Amino acid sequence: MTTTRTVISRNTDLSQQEYKWGFTTDVEEDVAPKGLNEGVVRLISSKKGEPEWMLEWRLRAYRHWLTLKREEPTWAMIHHPPIDFDDIHYYAAPKTKDGPKSMEEVDPEMLKAFDKLGIPLAEREKLAGVAVDAIFDSVSVATTYQKALEKHGVIFCPISEAIRNHPELVRKYLGSVVPYSDNFYATLNSAVFSDGSFIYVPKGVRCPMELMTYFRINFADSGQFERTLIIADEGSYVSYLEGCTAPVRKTSQLHAAVVELIALDDAQIKYSTLQNWYPGDKEGKGGVYNFVTKRGKAQGRNSKISWTQVETGSAITWKYPSVILQGDNSVGEFYSVALVNNHQQADTGTKMTHIGKNTRSTIVAKGISAGHGESTYRGQVKIMPTATGAKNFTQCDSLLIGDKSAAHTMPYIEVRNSTARMEHEASTSKISDEQLFYVMQRGISNEDAHHMIVKGFCKSVFAELPFEFAVEAANLLKVSLEGAVA
Amino acid sequence: MTTTLTKHEQYLADFRVLEQAADGSAPAWLRQLRQEGMARFEQLGFPTARRGNEKWKYTNVAPIADAAFRYSASPKTSGVKTTALRRVAPWRKEWTTLVFVDGRYAPTLSSVPSDGGGLRVASLAEAFRTDEALIEQHLAKHAAFEDDGFAALNTAFLSDGAFIHAAGGDEHAPVHLLFVATDSTQPQVAYPRTLVVTERNTKLTLVETYVGLGDGAYFNDAVTEVVVGDGSAVDHYKVTLESANAFHVSMTRATVGQDALFSTTAFAKGGALARHDLHMALAGHGSSCKLNGLHLTAGREHIDNHVNIDHAAPYSQSYQYVKGILTGTSHAVYTGRVLIRKGAVKSNARQADKNLILSERAEVDTKPSMEIYCDDVKATHGATAGQIAEAEEQIFYMRSRGLDPKAAGALLIRGFVKEILDTVKLEPLRAFLDGVTDKALPEFQFEGFGDRDEQRER
Amino acid sequence: MAEPMLVIRDLHVKVADTEILKGLSLSIGKGEVHAIMGPNGSGKSTLVNVLAGKPEYVVTSGAITFEGKNVLPMTVDQRAREGIFLAFQYPVELPGVSAWQFMKTALDSIREQRGEEPMDYRVFDKMWRQKIKDVGIDQELVKRSVNEGFSGGEKKRSEMLQMMVLDPKLALMDETDSGLDIDALKSVADVVNKRRGPEKAVLVVTHYQRLLNYIVPDFVHILIDGRIVRSGGAGLALEVEEKGYDWVREAMATA
Repeated sequence: MTTTRTVISRNTDLSQQEYKWGFTTDVEEDVAPKGLNEGVVRLISSKKGEPEWMLEWRLRAYRHWLTLKREEPTWAMIHHPPIDFDDIHYYAAPKTKDGPKSMEEVDPEMLKAFDKLGIPLAEREKLAGVAVDAIFDSVSVATTYQKALEKHGVIFCPISEAIRNHPELVRKYLGSVVPYSDNFYATLNSAVFSDGSFIYVPKGVRCPMELMTYFRINFADSGQFERTLIIADEGSYVSYLEGCTAPVRKTSQLHAAVVELIALDDAQIKYSTLQNWYPGDKEGKGGVYNFVTKRGKAQGRNSKISWTQVETGSAITWKYPSVILQGDNSVGEFYSVALVNNHQQADTGTKMTHIGKNTRSTIVAKGISAGHGESTYRGQVKIMPTATGAKNFTQCDSLLIGDKSAAHTMPYIEVRNSTARMEHEASTSKISDEQLFYVMQRGISNEDAHHMIVKGFCKSVFAELPFEFAVEAANLLKVSLEGAVA
Repeated sequence: MTTTLTKHEQYLADFRVLEQAADGSAPAWLRQLRQEGMARFEQLGFPTARRGNEKWKYTNVAPIADAAFRYSASPKTSGVKTTALRRVAPWRKEWTTLVFVDGRYAPTLSSVPSDGGGLRVASLAEAFRTDEALIEQHLAKHAAFEDDGFAALNTAFLSDGAFIHAAGGDEHAPVHLLFVATDSTQPQVAYPRTLVVTERNTKLTLVETYVGLGDGAYFNDAVTEVVVGDGSAVDHYKVTLESANAFHVSMTRATVGQDALFSTTAFAKGGALARHDLHMALAGHGSSCKLNGLHLTAGREHIDNHVNIDHAAPYSQSYQYVKGILTGTSHAVYTGRVLIRKGAVKSNARQADKNLILSERAEVDTKPSMEIYCDDVKATHGATAGQIAEAEEQIFYMRSRGLDPKAAGALLIRGFVKEILDTVKLEPLRAFLDGVTDKALPEFQFEGFGDRDEQRER
Repeated sequence: MAEPMLVIRDLHVKVADTEILKGLSLSIGKGEVHAIMGPNGSGKSTLVNVLAGKPEYVVTSGAITFEGKNVLPMTVDQRAREGIFLAFQYPVELPGVSAWQFMKTALDSIREQRGEEPMDYRVFDKMWRQKIKDVGIDQELVKRSVNEGFSGGEKKRSEMLQMMVLDPKLALMDETDSGLDIDALKSVADVVNKRRGPEKAVLVVTHYQRLLNYIVPDFVHILIDGRIVRSGGAGLALEVEEKGYDWVREAMATA
């Protein structure tokens, strides 16, 4: 493990201004000793001023984690040395002293990427993790939108704040989709989660803007163990976007986040992710281990949960944004692009669990493996006996670039109802020489030709992204593929 | 992988009896092989612990592990008559036929030409004496038992079975290996074992049939190894018609040489629990394999098709097409794993699994996976489960021409199975399987269409 | 003769160890339309593919110059940016790639080579719409991914649209008439004829004379077994059509 410090405190200069959108905390700079014990869990809870029930929940998770005997799950097709869970600070709230002191110290590769992606100058220092006091030029913007959200009764705040201010909502829903005992990393997260977003959209409200669109930098680092909870009440709609196309410098290697979504009757949640965390260097040294549990419950009738993800960063990605289709006529969607280059590994996919009648799910997964990259689609479609009339369509395609890369497809299909219709298609191939010759014959360079064909390959997923992010995502592919084409 | 040891004292006791009985005749290497098999089985046991065990995720073998099967080193074969066999199994007098009753070769029921013209067909027990060197070279070299308790157990009890050696040519009569299980007061276990070696440029047609003569419980733990020589073609058929209470676990391993083809058609009906583990290793440049499968499950039957295709050489081709029809509370599992190794450039893999679920409570689990370590390849897979997408419209259309719903449904189902049956090139076998299917199909009907129809009319 | 644009001298080409072109020489001047006719397997497609720079074609000896520059070391995209366009016999599908994006990228690459700025997208869009009209291609078709689900004739028209947009100096047409009904054939010929001018050259490769009724060539060459065995005017094509390639072979034998 490399450095494990993480940033909880941000924008401390704004904490007195009651800036609702930053992650504010009143702790002094301090770091818990390495390793995890009950005392550390209690410390985290008390530093955050949490109520007793929250502490109890964390402790239950912690005790359960102890029973797992540090045996990480091994079924995914990923390889890494064992993680030393005693070598991690589970609580740290330092100023970001570890980062580069100025832009001159930032990895020139990263600076190049900023240029290519067209990241605004004001955002670059932050994304690069330069240790400067937080500067915020979007306060007024934030305030404007904050008012708009308040007008509609939408709650959008750090989850630490929601625990204090909206305990009835958090208590009811936290862990209701991903229980603390769900899996190794989710259990760990439940015990020590740092912070994350909380959203509640009241009945009948269509959230007036893409959440995160204007806050992507401010929310860029929610710590090592991020926890997000989104509740869409009856008849509401919300679109949430996390992440950013810029390469984000993370100070810690292990990131184990949990995201829970709940959609009640007729509600819709659209959750889009662009993940471009540090992937390690060209030899595969360093990089983030991104072990994420994301799950939505389409609890109500006619509810809909849609995941769209573009995963190009991290040394290892391990995530399966899933939907439990509980309400009758509910809909689950998963659109994914996962690109690995150099020595990156990704084991990602989804689980669609059909419980309600006439539930429908769609899975479109595109994997691109370049360099020594290894990518796996792992998905489960489960149609329960109660899911009369359920339908699933799955398409997963893999594209290989270069003879050192690997691509795997691991679908699990379980059908327990005769009226269900399940269709699964998958393919793996490389970019054909004929396609390249054709494109290049029109005057387009080898690298641009690859990019154009890869972008075309991903089109059906990009179409699900909010427009401006689709454009950024396409640029991101180009940057991520650099060096893959000889 | 975690497996717990299960009670296997009976197996161990039977093994000791076999060891002593066969002490004088068996070659030393064979005795050692058996001991290795037994030792491995003692370590592995049956794969009853399924948590985290991908190979047995959807199949519970506890009914096998918990049952007390009796083993007889020299079962009586005299009670079985050829006339009875001809009623339940494919049969042609032109074929070379080896019949095994409860695992033991029955020469009086078999017909082996004295001069095979480059084709040698014999019982393993006999061939240990006549073809020892060739057998030692191949036996248990392809069907690894290091991580498979069932194969280890079969190897421990390796004493009889079929041996086929084709030295060349393409004019050989089809070879039929017929494994018959008789009813007895006590459930029996048999360990059918087959070794097939074809040299270069040989054409061989091979049928393996497993059939139960009664409806009692028994357990067939079978292992088949096939070596397909360079430029050779083996047309293989596996017909499984076990009795309703039988357990069938088999491992088939084919190693395919340069420019060679291993084509197999698997037809299965019956059996309380059947597991078909098929591994095809495309070892030679330009080698190919093909699987066409059809299984019909009813009642509480459980079938598990576990297919592994290993593309280890450039320009290797594989094709899988497996269809299942399910009714009752039956359960069909399909795992199709395609591995394309580094360096196996220009390989092409296609796999498809289609399931027609007719009843409310039948279950399908399918896992068509691909592991690809080479960029210059093409691999696709597809799977469907549930009703035929257009079934309702098609049945409605046929009814508008005067067919009753039952007849219309039957036609549709017939069409679904025909696609696989038509791939059977051995004409008498195709006719036999057509007959078996026709006889079985009345049990396989669309449930629910009638009901929905009534709702519509109301 | 006009100022030479493309000069091929004693070209020998191998594909997978088989020699296909065995000493081919040809000179195409500015403003000229040349046709190469030949039976199947004579090396017609090899010639246009090797001119475009298809990697698996190996030039074992000989020279190709385009506007005085040595073409052989250039990659396929470099040649395209120099102004060589190949209208494919079998254009491939590009799933998810829009024709608009494809051509905008291609044109900007060509402009970059000439030291020009990328074309403003509004200017490009206007030009694009005009060319679509000129070629007479279905608007709906152009909105799809490049060539995806196109019929044979639609693919050829789409090739002509691309040619119009990129406006190359030399157009190589590989069996453009194959799979074309008479209507589509006429409209393809119409596009080529409209582009004829003192700075443009065309090389048409075909098995049949049919296309040459509509694109009347200045020169016709007969290619047999990797060599040009006979050259002449437009009349030669008619003669071949009437008498067959055996006639050429026989004439060679007696010559």
